[in-house]
Amino acid sequence: MTTLTFPGRFESLPAIADFVRQAAQDAGLSSFQVYAVETALDEACANIIEHAYGGENKGEIECSCLIDDVGLTVILRDQGHPFNPKKIKNPDVKAPLQERSDHGLGLYFIRQWMDEVDFDFKPGHNTLTMSKRKEKER
Amino acid sequence: MEITHTQFKHCDVVKVSGRVDSSTAPLLSEALTKITESGRYRIVVDMGGLDFISSAGLRALISTQKSCRRYNRGEIALASVPSNVAATLDLAGFTPLFKIFADATAAVGNF
Repeated sequence: MTTLTFPGRFESLPAIADFVRQAAQDAGLSSFQVYAVETALDEACANIIEHAYGGENKGEIECSCLIDDVGLTVILRDQGHPFNPKKIKNPDVKAPLQERSDHGLGLYFIRQWMDEVDFDFKPGHNTLTMSKRKEKER
Repeated sequence: MEITHTQFKHCDVVKVSGRVDSSTAPLLSEALTKITESGRYRIVVDMGGLDFISSAGLRALISTQKSCRRYNRGEIALASVPSNVAATLDLAGFTPLFKIFADATAAVGNF
């Protein structure tokens, strides 16, 4: 398992993406799966900065990548405010243009594009664990 | 992320390349708003060099699309959309909300 810690600011997002992209490639994920993982991580980290910390430079994001035979597991840890993911409704992705909401897409992307998503909240420690399984070889 | 803006007689072309995430999306949003605030609502977003777009980038596109389509005064058309970016647009349900063209020339011709 490799772990890196990043400052909780939006400027960290490209470096987090580089780290996770490399791990996803090393895990043997397909090119589109690598992109899907990069998307999920970007959204999760943006949510940590925006919602858990309530702004930039309030805390750190610890990111661990674990590669096994099945694929890739990424674990994100922060010390921000917890939230209840069950309270976040899926956005209506079929609504007409003028009724489209500005928020909620990030969590939706994470849930749609990762195979397993688990949130754990303990006082002062939020943990998000996400996994992506390798496509079966044909 | 890099943005180049070219103003034509009938429309504006915004070429965006690199990575649009929460750190760079405000710049895309600013570039698009500058165009609509000058009273121009026909915009081609050329995504040929775009490596990545997050929901923050999509929010910039949708909010400008809402403004452009109001009173039928114009719209954003997308051009040269890379396949990964197209998958993101599709996942968000954005594909029906934008005309999508193979390249910028075809998109400009639409206006």
